[in-house]
This record gives sequence, C-alpha cells and structure tokens, in this order.
Amino acid sequence: MISATIKSRRSFSDFLLHLHPPSVPEATLRFTLSWGLGGMAATLVGLLFSTGVLLLLVYEPSAERAYASIQTLTERTPFGLWVRNIHHWSANFLLAVLLLHLLRVVLTGAFGSGRRLNWIIGLCVFFLALAANFTGYLLPWDQLAYWAVTICTGMLGYIPVCGSWLQGLFRGGGEVGAPTLANFFVLHVAFIPASLFILLLWHFWLVRRAGGLAQPEEAERDNASSRVPTMPNLIAREGAVGLVLIAFVMILSIFLNAPLLEQANPGMSPATAKAPWYFLGFQELLLHLHPVFAVCVWPLLGVAVLLWLPFWRDSALPPATWFGSRRGRTLALWTAVGAAVATVLVILADNLLSRPSETFAVNTLITRGLIPTLLLMALFAGFYLLLVVKLNYTRAEAVMVGVILMVVAIAACAVIGYWFRGAGMVLVWPWAAGGP
Amino acid sequence: MSETTLAENRTPTGRRRFLNAVWAFFGLIAAAEFGWVGLSFLNSRKERNRPVETERVVTAGPLERFKPGTVTAIPNGGFYLARLEDGGFLALSRTCTHLGCSIPWNEEKKQFICPCHGSTFDLTGEVLTAPAPRPLDIYPTRIENGVVKVDMAAPRKRERFDPTQATRL
Repeated sequence: MISATIKSRRSFSDFLLHLHPPSVPEATLRFTLSWGLGGMAATLVGLLFSTGVLLLLVYEPSAERAYASIQTLTERTPFGLWVRNIHHWSANFLLAVLLLHLLRVVLTGAFGSGRRLNWIIGLCVFFLALAANFTGYLLPWDQLAYWAVTICTGMLGYIPVCGSWLQGLFRGGGEVGAPTLANFFVLHVAFIPASLFILLLWHFWLVRRAGGLAQPEEAERDNASSRVPTMPNLIAREGAVGLVLIAFVMILSIFLNAPLLEQANPGMSPATAKAPWYFLGFQELLLHLHPVFAVCVWPLLGVAVLLWLPFWRDSALPPATWFGSRRGRTLALWTAVGAAVATVLVILADNLLSRPSETFAVNTLITRGLIPTLLLMALFAGFYLLLVVKLNYTRAEAVMVGVILMVVAIAACAVIGYWFRGAGMVLVWPWAAGGP
Repeated sequence: MSETTLAENRTPTGRRRFLNAVWAFFGLIAAAEFGWVGLSFLNSRKERNRPVETERVVTAGPLERFKPGTVTAIPNGGFYLARLEDGGFLALSRTCTHLGCSIPWNEEKKQFICPCHGSTFDLTGEVLTAPAPRPLDIYPTRIENGVVKVDMAAPRKRERFDPTQATRL
C-alpha cells in the first residue's frame, strides 16, 4: 500500500522533472533574476484553459445568439460574470507578462547559444497569445468587438499582393459577419490552444535541456555553483508565485468587470472605435505612416530582426546579470527615457505638420513610407556605430539598446492611443471633454 | 560491428537517401492536401456569402426630395445619396476606405468624418484629410421616371472624384 502511494507520488514528480531539470543551480533561484515571469505566464495559461472550458458550456458561437449568450452568462449563470472576468483579465495580463518575459530574456542575456531554438519558440508563443487575445475579442459580438475587428482585419487589406485575399479568408466574406465569428471561434477554441499547448511543453523542455535558467559563464565552466534538487526548491517557489497570482486575478475579477457594450451594429461605428490595447501601437503608426508600411513593412521588419537576433554572433549579454553590468544598466535607463520622450515629440511634431487639410497624393508611399523607414534604419545604424565604435560598448549592449528602443516606442504609441486620443482620433488630454 | 552500422546510418547511402527524399516528398504532398482541404472549406464560405444576384436595386426616392448640395442617408440601402450643387447624384458607400468603419455625415461641417481615424471626406466623397487613401466607393445610380434608383450589388472603387461619375437628368 505504502509503496504504491510513494510510487504514484514519485511518478508525478518524475513527470514534472521531464519538464524541469532534476537539479538547478542555486544562484538561478533568485527571484530578482527571473521575476517568476515564465511561471506566471504558465499559470495564466492554466487559468485561461480552465475558465475557457467553463465559458464554452454557455457560449453560443453564432452571430444571432452570441451576444445573448454572454448576457445569459453574466446575468443568470452562477459565477458566470466572475469566470468571464477571470478569463478576460488573465488574457490581458498574459500579454503583459509575456512582453516582460521577452524583455527579461533579452536583458539577462538568456537567448545565447543553446537557447536559440527556444527563443524562436518563445516568439511563436507570443504571437499565438496575441492571436488568441484578438480572436477572443470578437466572440462577445458587441460594438467594441465588432469595430475593433473591422479595423484590424481592415489592416490586413493593405498587405501587398495577397492582402485582400487574406482579408476575405479571415472575414469569410466582404464584411465582418457570421462567417467571421465562426472562423474566429474555431481559431480561438481549437487551433490556437492546441498549438499553444504543444509549443509550451516544447518551450519548458528546452529550458530543461539547456540546464535550467542561464547562469554566469564562469559558473557554468567551473561547475562551481552548487546545484540543489528541483523538488522542492524550484517547485515550491513556482507554486508560491503561481498561487499568489491566481489569488490576485480572482480577487481583481470580483471588482473589475470585463467590458460589454451594446450588441454589434454594422451600420454605426461608435464615436471612438479603437483597436484593443495590444494593437494600439499599430493604430498610432497608421495615423502617421502609409498603411502598407504601418501594417506590413514595419511589423515584418521587427519580427525578422527579433527572429534573427540570436544568430548574430555575440548579440547576447553575459548571462544572469541584469543589463550585463552597471554601465549597461545606466545605458538602458537613459535609452528607455530617451525613446519615450523622442516618440512623444515625433508624434506631436507630425500632428502639427499634418494639421492643414492634406490630400493624400500618390507620393505618400515615399514621404510617409520609404523616407521614415530609411530614417529609422539610419537612426539604428548610427546608434550602433556611436555605441560600439565611439563609446566602446559591446555589440550585446548595442543590441539591448535597439530592443529597448523598439519596445518603448511601441509602448509609448499605445499609451498615447489609449489615453490621449479622443473622438475622431484627435489628440486630447484624458480629462478633457470628448476624451477617450 | 555496431560502430560500422552507426557510421552507415549517419552517412546514408544513395538508395537510402533516395528513399528519404521520397518520404519527404510524399509528406509534403500530404501536408499540401490537408492545406487544400482547409482552404476549400474557408473559400466555400466566401463563395456562399457572395450575393447571387448581379443587380440589387434600391429605390432611394423621388428626385425632388433631394436638394442640391445635400447628403441623405438611405437606411434601407446602407448608403448615402449626395446631390451635387449642379444637380448630379452620387450614391456613396458608408464604409471608410481606410479601415472599413462606417462613417456618419456631419451636417454642420458638411463633411463625412470617420470616427475611427479621423479621415474626412467632402460631399463628393473626395478625401479632405488623410489617412484614407482614396475617395468613398460609389454605387451605380440611375434616374427612372423621376425616381432615383441605386444598384447595390457591387461598390465601384475610384482614385479621385470626377464630375462624370455623377448621374444627371
């Protein structure tokens, strides 16, 4: 009897140890090294899977019934409102946590050799999470959902060559309608969760194969750092972070309700129709750039750079030290501040310049596409040369500066889009009348 | 003995390499077939939603109801009927050419103002301010016995407004 219990307990911990190494370097257990971000993301995915299954029991995926079924869920199903809120907040937090996780990996040099494939899988997980959020956005079939999805699938139409074909494929017709809902529903509840599940297991296992979290090179070489058993040292810490996070999301979901506007009305856009917050950076770009560049060229360039990053020699910082060094930390801080200020200034300047009624001419593809793109590339190249050649920073530190620039600029755009754009997408103070 | 087998496995002979290539080829074919089935499903839906009629005529109303220089929303058609100062008629789509939001007519400013990204269009549907890349789409319009009729079957894209697009008596 007893041996059977021990055996079954062993089998559970053995399974965990297939996803984790049996022992981990003690130094990597430090909370301020990883901030538990990967574990948090895994916890949120768990919450999303379990609340998602519950929501599926009530939700009806048809244009006629979807909105009413959400009302049934929030008004008449026991705990329905709470479960929907947990799903909503977990989904939003997941994107934020994943972005921070990506930054953590860059800033602690954890995408170097031996972890390259895992960096790419991580990026895929990030895009799948974005897709999951976006497809889930449409399902309530309210005004917010309908117009946000109209805008975002409208963006697809600007992709050269295959844009309108792609748009028709996703919308299942000319406009967002019943077939769009069917498409998004299948993606949201079957295709994306299944892919996510496979990629996440692969992601965890690759961390294990690389010997746990990245640790300083000299420690790895000398094998000097002491290793401690994963069970219970790491598992207990992951459990603590995960349980606190679950408690936080559950309590928050008691007080903050997920939005639900009136039922979708294809005839009338609301006064301010905005993309969901994670796409607001692109919506802001759309106000300033030619659409082909805002929705196709720039995002593709960004993704290509991120994918290629680990394959550039010496592009990763020394592992397990934030920002590589104290000097790196100062550099990172000033980069972040500078990028935020510069983004705001550029947006304000462009807003002043384009105020007089400017008709769109053919040459906007150059003035609002090619020239800004070349300027941006020159800026990045100039920064690189300045940092590496003039100021004696390493290539890895220059790469760190580039990534921080990208992330902070997009985040600043999103902040402006969320709080400082009112009716007609005019710049306003958040507290002014007619604000967001 | 086992070492030689291993070595052989590592550097495949010509026949083995050929068979591997054949397997990879059939694998790709199978993947393409699955992809084809999926795409056919998605495309069939697109086909099904395409209107079957080649013409869908909506009667906007008698000629006199529309004064020159005004824009009237036609609710049962989902378009705007604009009457130019010279008396010509234009049936304008309510869908913004930028990202597909539906646009209200602002009577005070005499402009269409898109709520999503602030593009503005004048009475003829011509772009006043970016980011919209082209004028509002138009529907073919005709006047029969003093009644304005609009064919909603397919919106017509245009690069700029020109007076010949309007329908006159």
